[in-house]
Amino acid sequence: MADKIYRVDMSNLSFKIEDVPDEWMGLGGRGLTSTIIAAEVDPECHPLGPNNKMVFAPGLLSGTSAANSGRNSLGLKSPLTGGIKESNVGGTIAGVMAKLGVKALIIEGIPKDDSTFYHIHVSQNKVEIVACPELVGKNNYAVLDAMEEKYNKKVAVMTIGLPGEQKMLISNISVRDPKGKLRSHGRGGTGAVMGSKKIKCITVDAAKFNESGASIVDPEKFKAASKIFTKALQDNPISGEGLPAFGTNVLVNIINEAGGLPSHNFRSGFSENAEEICGETMAENIKERGGNTTHGCHQGCVIQCSQTYNDKEGNYLTSGFEYEMIWAFGANFGIKDLDQIAKIDALMDDLGVDAIETGVTIGLAVDAGLIEFGDGKRAFEILEKDVAGGTPLGRIIGSGAGNLGKLYGLVRVPVVKNQSIPAYEPRAIKGQGITYVTTPMGADHTAGYAVATNILNSGGHVDPLSKEGQVELSRNLQIASAAVDSTGMCIFVAFPALDEPECLPALIDMINARFGISLGVDDVMNLGKNILKTEHEFNLKAGLTSADDRVPEFMKYEALPPHNAIWDFTNEEIDEFWNF
Amino acid sequence: MSITITVKLFAQYRDGLFKVKEMTFPKGSTAIYVIDEIGIDHSKLPIGVLMVNGVHVEEDFVLENGNVFTIFPKVGGG
Ligand code: SF4
Repeated sequence: MADKIYRVDMSNLSFKIEDVPDEWMGLGGRGLTSTIIAAEVDPECHPLGPNNKMVFAPGLLSGTSAANSGRNSLGLKSPLTGGIKESNVGGTIAGVMAKLGVKALIIEGIPKDDSTFYHIHVSQNKVEIVACPELVGKNNYAVLDAMEEKYNKKVAVMTIGLPGEQKMLISNISVRDPKGKLRSHGRGGTGAVMGSKKIKCITVDAAKFNESGASIVDPEKFKAASKIFTKALQDNPISGEGLPAFGTNVLVNIINEAGGLPSHNFRSGFSENAEEICGETMAENIKERGGNTTHGCHQGCVIQCSQTYNDKEGNYLTSGFEYEMIWAFGANFGIKDLDQIAKIDALMDDLGVDAIETGVTIGLAVDAGLIEFGDGKRAFEILEKDVAGGTPLGRIIGSGAGNLGKLYGLVRVPVVKNQSIPAYEPRAIKGQGITYVTTPMGADHTAGYAVATNILNSGGHVDPLSKEGQVELSRNLQIASAAVDSTGMCIFVAFPALDEPECLPALIDMINARFGISLGVDDVMNLGKNILKTEHEFNLKAGLTSADDRVPEFMKYEALPPHNAIWDFTNEEIDEFWNF
Repeated sequence: MSITITVKLFAQYRDGLFKVKEMTFPKGSTAIYVIDEIGIDHSKLPIGVLMVNGVHVEEDFVLENGNVFTIFPKVGGG
């Protein structure tokens, strides 16, 4: 059965199931979400108004047996950046949608009666939209429990917590993973857009789908390519050994040693706390306390970078305990106790707030005089009471770092396009800085992970402290990432793809076998280029200009220890990025 | 003549060895010489990143007295 577009109109609580237009046929994931947003959303619309849309789309290989292919993309106009957003996530949603034959789920409009929230349930050829007053005011895990009880343990769930209901810019859309924990459609205030449409949760029925998976034109060819691809993932030292053993948090030490770990609200690139919060310490704790270093955020992940983390008594604290979270609360805000960060992480999962945006905002709140450096207890309290409860303080934190900085007259505000800069210092890891300023997403590390080549020696080495070669590096990575984000593959396939020559061709062969087409590497790169250009054009029409492709000014005159690095690119050098 | 340097090990390279140690080597010692002297088995777990005083170096880099030498296997994340 051919895939369909499922379209929900919240203004009259109706739905339509449409054929896929020819020009969208070969697209999936980010390629599809960005194309639909650009085609259907007025770039000048208010992101929280009736004319913004949400588009959910599984990747081209989601729902198949391909390893690590279960990522789902969400597209919308971001209320944080004012530009286009693509956010992708693991969990069970992509696989279930693909198996149901949902090429994309488009949600538009705002209900006339906004006195309550709604639950959208998608099943084969049907969408139910029902008021759910009983879920209003609940956080994510309570919603998951209610949905598992109502349907079954396999139902795919996307939900917002209290901050999303209140349209806070730090809020995410949370997605159920195979073990009933949460992952996030993060960054850019995605939860606020769902809140503005008065949608509390979206479920997709897994009871009656095509068990054999998404349709494949040439199964033999697919199987052969899939085998090569999986082997490349397993043989690569990073995806095969490092990530399963230590998780992403292995980065704390290497980024710190390179002088690129933003600390004390971006005052230094080196943190004295690193040993206490690093991946090695975390792995030791997990071993001692009987957690698990490996956990997949979706079915079919052979890398398993995620983990379950317990307290000293062996009681579960959190899972999916990522480097960015630990950096933000450990190095940048200064909490020395990994367990305390884990408790905050679990709370933030339940509330559905973004690790990076929330963490950077709390770090900046120190400069605003709202909290003491390293006071994790108070941070927990502010999130639990003020942010969830929507007090004025909670609203200030809930508005993100850029807005907090404006309210308190601060100058050292680490944002690009109003979105918080993640865990890699642009001054000391310059290729990553180019990604932050040029990506249409606002400061986003996954858009073109130049850290790989600047610091980790993946795909060669480009000196992180020199300007030389960074624009080209970031451009190539952003083009490749846009393409990979369309396949449904997790971003960590980038490591084998950079270093194992057979990896990328095998990935492309799987796409070809699934759809009976014959793309080459060039076609895939062209797809990536087109996606970037489509997104950039949307932003220009939305009113963003090249003056928004800049680091915060303080990075140009404050030298960052230990290398005393400053941001020294000229505007012309940065703008050269778009010449392709 | 000899040099004294601070050696820092990370990730799997710590197993059975150490986290950080002051060590003395003959003058002119290269990065790879020190790695082999310490007993890191890089045939099994390939060397990922070497830094001296926070700056990336190659295996043939000649260490100097007072250097901080950090040694990582292949690691990644994001
Ligand atoms: S490697 Fe990590 S992020 Fe990627 S799919 Fe597996 S668990 Fe999820």
